[in-house]
Amino acid sequence: MKAKEFFGKGISKIKNFRLTRRVFAYPYVLFMLAFVVAPLIILLVNAFLDTEGGFTFDNFKSFFTDDVSLRVLGMSLAVGVITTVLCLVIGYPVAYILSKWSSGSIIVLLIILPMWVNFLIRTYALKSIFDSLDVTLGIGTVIVGMVYNFIPYMIMPLHTTISNIDPSYAEAAKDLGCNSVQTFLRSTLPLSIPGILSGVTMVFIPTISAFAISGMLSNNTVLMFGDSINLRFTHQLYGTGSVMSLIMLAFVLILNFFMNRANKGEAPRNVW
Amino acid sequence: MGDHPEQFLEDKAVAKKTKKKNIIIELKNVSKIYDGKPAVDNVSMSIKRGEFVTFLGPSGCGKTTTLRMIAGFEKPTSGTVLFNGEDITNMPPHLRPVNTVFQKYALFPHLNVFNNIAFGLKMKKVPSGETFTDKSGATYEKLRKLTKKEITDKVNAALKMVDLEDYGHRNVSSLSGGQQQRVAIARALVNEPEVLLLDEPLGALDLKMRKDMQIELMNMHKKIGITFIYVTHDQEEALTMSDTIVVMRNGSIQQIASPQKVYDEPANAFVADFIGESNIFSGIMREDRKVEFFGRVIECVDVGFKRDEPIDVIIRPEDIYVLAKDNPASLMSATVTDCVFKGDHYQIIVLVDGENELIIHDNAEVKEGEEIGLFIKPFDLHIMHKSRIINEIETEMWDTGVVEICGGRFPCNSHLEGGTPVKVSIDFDDVEILDDEDDGIIGGEVVSSIYKGSYYQCIVRADNHYDFFVDTDDDWLKGDRVGIRVAPEKIIVEKLGNAESAE
Repeated sequence: MKAKEFFGKGISKIKNFRLTRRVFAYPYVLFMLAFVVAPLIILLVNAFLDTEGGFTFDNFKSFFTDDVSLRVLGMSLAVGVITTVLCLVIGYPVAYILSKWSSGSIIVLLIILPMWVNFLIRTYALKSIFDSLDVTLGIGTVIVGMVYNFIPYMIMPLHTTISNIDPSYAEAAKDLGCNSVQTFLRSTLPLSIPGILSGVTMVFIPTISAFAISGMLSNNTVLMFGDSINLRFTHQLYGTGSVMSLIMLAFVLILNFFMNRANKGEAPRNVW
Repeated sequence: MGDHPEQFLEDKAVAKKTKKKNIIIELKNVSKIYDGKPAVDNVSMSIKRGEFVTFLGPSGCGKTTTLRMIAGFEKPTSGTVLFNGEDITNMPPHLRPVNTVFQKYALFPHLNVFNNIAFGLKMKKVPSGETFTDKSGATYEKLRKLTKKEITDKVNAALKMVDLEDYGHRNVSSLSGGQQQRVAIARALVNEPEVLLLDEPLGALDLKMRKDMQIELMNMHKKIGITFIYVTHDQEEALTMSDTIVVMRNGSIQQIASPQKVYDEPANAFVADFIGESNIFSGIMREDRKVEFFGRVIECVDVGFKRDEPIDVIIRPEDIYVLAKDNPASLMSATVTDCVFKGDHYQIIVLVDGENELIIHDNAEVKEGEEIGLFIKPFDLHIMHKSRIINEIETEMWDTGVVEICGGRFPCNSHLEGGTPVKVSIDFDDVEILDDEDDGIIGGEVVSSIYKGSYYQCIVRADNHYDFFVDTDDDWLKGDRVGIRVAPEKIIVEKLGNAESAE
């Protein structure tokens, strides 16, 4: 009798629990709180704390007055811009040609395949190739490494965007008097801008924040912003490390803001 | 000549002055084959300057492909396209003096309304009045781009023409379907093409808007006076707007005629069935002016048929008159099975002799089950040659007692040896259609089905493109895969080549 009552209560409790759609979001919300929101708050707090735990602006001051830190930031941005431009210049024709081929999607798969290999292994392999060819490691090899690592992130969104452009736009351009080159410049290229923007975002942001790649491919002579932050934290300089992380975040947000504005009025941007 | 754009434009300007021919576009034996299947099959036609021509037909009939070959987006597999008497078959689209209004408008989403319309003008080059002489001594007139002012004026005039004066700065995606349609028309017409091509331009609009746009397009055509080539599957649209209708089916032309003629004198049963409603049934031409159908000999106006030739009889529903049962003028009596009010008429369905169905449009209501008399004026009976009276295939014997037809092996009652070339004949009602393709000896696709009063006449296309005509009691769905079977005793096999060997 008692056992029955007990089970009855248990069952009614389970019955009252309503599996609404909201319930499915709880694990994700908890995860985000623990691993995204909390670390950000810790970063923010750390940025205003001195070594004794008191409130201070010194961390900001020391970063913005330190020539070396600013030079690293400048270098990171420069490498980011050069890498992004190279990825776009190399990736666009590849994506364009692939979207015109019927077997294009198989080749796209071949382009993504290396992404399934860990980037450290890929970078070590690249370093071995440079060594065996007697190439002096430096800023040049860093950029080659960055392009090699991030070009799939440029080709993928471009390929998706270009292959989704309705062919009737190109036909309309030809109909209105464009030869093949003009058709590309006046219809295909402007219509692929959403793909260019998402490709640029997806290459530029990881490039400026990348670490390890630059160290490995330059024998630690070229230091990127990501490496610099890494260095701060490993030397327990949490204050300046946090400031630099926030500055990085600010760059990402600013870039995203401009990209979204440039993309306004276009078709909704797809992830790739 | 085609490889030098400026020179081409130059020559064309000369051509325009010297010989302004009445025929602007001519297709000569044009075919387009995709993957071995003909989409357009040996089409020839001439289009007159200033005409409003409509390509009409069901989807997949080759009308859009034909239009795209005129626009230059597709190259014909064979045949030539002439423009003002010049061969433009291989000329790229941007050099052709035609402009297209696309089915889904294809307005550039990255440009506003003004820049969409200005697109073609920015590409355009006009003679500047200056001349230069090249190395070989030939003199050309120099070409220049249009100035900003000229472009603005032209675009504004075009916007005014389509009643969108204040919409220049608007984003195309913010416009309604009808407005986008107008922008697409303005974008094409602003280039002053000699021919405007329209590919089902009203397909995406609702009924009311479509009717309004039909009238606007007709007015524009009248005002501008250039040639319009219009593609549609909507027979009413074609009848309303066109000077000439080209009815197409399965890649070939069925009839080229004025709307009145296409409606009143359809060239064959397909045209009659596709344009408007029709009653179509088989009959026999007994002699001049005497046709037999439904077991009755009835007076008509047609002459020149063979005695006892099997023919198709076509009667429009509004050409049948309902009389009292005992009216002496009545040609036949019938039983009403259905009477539905359709707004401006009653649609009456009657059975003659209990088996032949007729559709009648009349202004008076009749009661279901009522016996009535029918009258048809002799000149409202349209008599047509049958496109085929028996399925005939030239093939060879597979083995004694087995004949090969369209890749399948059919048992038959012939004693000819394997490999003998033969002609096989099968009557329409001896071909069996089977639901499951695998139950048939060969498979095929139903390409049409026309009701003939008491049975359906289907065309089933075998995989080697031979069309079987089949009379069946069932209405088979167009596009369905079916199996084909023929009873051995119904296959008539004749040895081929006897005539040659006898000589």
